Amino acid sequence: MTARDDVLAAVRRGLGRGAVSDAVAAELTARVATHRRNLIPARAAALEPAARLRLFVDMAEAVQTTVARVSDAGDVPGEVARYLAAENLPAELAMAPDPALDALPWDARPLLRIRRGKSSPEDAVSLTPCLAAVAETGTLMLMSGERTPTTLNFLPDTHIVVVRSGQVVATYEDGWDLLRARGALPRTVNFITGPSRTGDIEQRIELGAHGPRRLHVILIDDGASEADGER
Amino acid sequence: MEATSHTFAGNARAGLANPVLRRALDMAGAGFPARRAEAIARLPEFDALRDEGKAIKDHTIGHLDFYLELYERQVTAAGGVVHWAPDAAAARAAVLGICRSVGAKTVTKGKSMVAEEIALNEHLEANGITPVETDLGEYIIQLRHEPPSHIIAPAIHLMKEQVEATFRAAHTALDPARPLAEAPLLCGEARAVLRPQFLTADVGITGANFLVAETGSSIIVTNEGNGDLTQTLPKVHIVITSIEKVVPTLEDAATLLRLLARSATGQEFSSYTTMSTGPRRPGDLDGPEQYHVVLVDNGRTALLGGEFQDMLRCLRCAACLNHCPVYTAVGGHAYGWVYPGPMGAVLTPALIGLDEAGDLPNASSFCGRCESVCPVRIPLPKMMRHWRERQFALRKAPAAYRYGLGLWAWVAQRPALYHALVEAKARLLGRLGRRRGRFRTMPLAGEWTRVRDMPAPEGRSFHALWAERGRARR
Repeated sequence: MTARDDVLAAVRRGLGRGAVSDAVAAELTARVATHRRNLIPARAAALEPAARLRLFVDMAEAVQTTVARVSDAGDVPGEVARYLAAENLPAELAMAPDPALDALPWDARPLLRIRRGKSSPEDAVSLTPCLAAVAETGTLMLMSGERTPTTLNFLPDTHIVVVRSGQVVATYEDGWDLLRARGALPRTVNFITGPSRTGDIEQRIELGAHGPRRLHVILIDDGASEADGER
Repeated sequence: MEATSHTFAGNARAGLANPVLRRALDMAGAGFPARRAEAIARLPEFDALRDEGKAIKDHTIGHLDFYLELYERQVTAAGGVVHWAPDAAAARAAVLGICRSVGAKTVTKGKSMVAEEIALNEHLEANGITPVETDLGEYIIQLRHEPPSHIIAPAIHLMKEQVEATFRAAHTALDPARPLAEAPLLCGEARAVLRPQFLTADVGITGANFLVAETGSSIIVTNEGNGDLTQTLPKVHIVITSIEKVVPTLEDAATLLRLLARSATGQEFSSYTTMSTGPRRPGDLDGPEQYHVVLVDNGRTALLGGEFQDMLRCLRCAACLNHCPVYTAVGGHAYGWVYPGPMGAVLTPALIGLDEAGDLPNASSFCGRCESVCPVRIPLPKMMRHWRERQFALRKAPAAYRYGLGLWAWVAQRPALYHALVEAKARLLGRLGRRRGRFRTMPLAGEWTRVRDMPAPEGRSFHALWAERGRARR
């Protein structure tokens, strides 16, 4: 018997039965395939898009995420420059090699030095897109991929995330649906709710334990009212 | 680790006499419950979610073989490898084998209670591999060669002065005159010291809060981001976890995630909830090249079908510790092994035996707070009672306790005798204690009266008074 057989046999012995019958297996397979939602808290699910956006911002700010709203994607480079100056940070970015970010008018900010790719240990600031933002808890949903290396989310001290208002969904379950709609799962999905923190010393919350100590969201409020997928 | 659960009484006395521990536990005993209560007040559906969480776990445990097999198929389909480990030795061997296969010298670790349970660090060290704990609390206790004293806040027994002394003793390359008295300085120093470790480790080991059968994913929930650096930077990621962590779907995981952070730290959601599915994809710019899951049984299947099966629902949130009058008085180390508090009092005897851990299910006043805050409604007091019954049946309780209880049971089954004896005792004690109204000492109850007086009865038994009132009413 292999270790695998041992463990599975012990499970069945404990449950007092053999392997599940074909009928039960079919039921369980259907349960997984339909992946029905359980109870969804009304907090976010019941909201209209504008209120959902407000809830996202409120919840994000409650966990020390800072949020800047711009009305047009073209304003993002200006907001990045403003934020870096206000926080006394160098005008240097490690940016996800993402076509949508590339398409922003960076030429208008010639003083911003931008490097595209995964993060290296010297990076102080990163800029990434996201898959979605979850209003329920002010959570950003990011995924790994050719255009979105995960190290950008964790190595730099400051992480800036660009969110379009149409990407703000109500719940985690809405995020799962977006993920499934893309087909094969990415290696990793990061739900990020505020900057890195620890309470391990006297339960006093300190930001920037190992990941970013600052998390800044630039919210492009372009009036898009429905979650329109990943782009 | 060497269990010291059998010396619980002495451990507890040492804990009570430790002034640092007293201050630390006072902070924890106030902070965690208040924050949990606030978070729950903000989510009206919380109780209904608890019912659903319980149902999800019960459903999964009832079909655990099916979901584990599905989970394994999906991990494999995503390019990962599942290693089954019936016991701790098999789990250690699996991890060591993977580390050796890539010639690993150092491994970074995210916090994992299963790794503590199988004593993974000692095994890696004994085989020439250096494990580096990266969760701040775990890092502190690793430097101090201490076990964790809490399942989500491992260094909760320390104040910042102890952490400062620990860092000064360990980080000898740094300026001895540096200021280090405040928490932000300590956190900053740990961050700076650990960053190169993240970047150079050969293997990253994390635990898992949930495994998703539908997708073959593992989910970790952290606040520091250390778990993510641990699993993203090295070329190999090993997930060490146990079989009862599996849930059917992402939707089921979402429901349990809504319960977990609120119950644990009182956060709406922890900073980082990370789902990992297999190794780096073609074209990915970062992430591990190998993804392994070591699935540990180590005594869990023995709980199936018996009176302790409900314990397999446990999410390891620590709400039962934070609300326990015993835990918050004696601290986690008193419990003498990996899992302290009420969940530990139920789980530890199952995992390391009643001979070693028999005191733990007795270290409870049965106040029931643990069960009342458990996000998946585990009947912890009932299960502690089951351990006591088993102890009694196996004649493992102390002789005086067994004979006393036997005598009491014999009398209690004879109501006339019982009432007569109780009435006589109440009269006698009432008369003896009439002057003072209380007793300073009491034969056979010396332990009890050592720290408090016993109020004298008024002279009649409850049964007698009740019968008398009944007659008066009629």
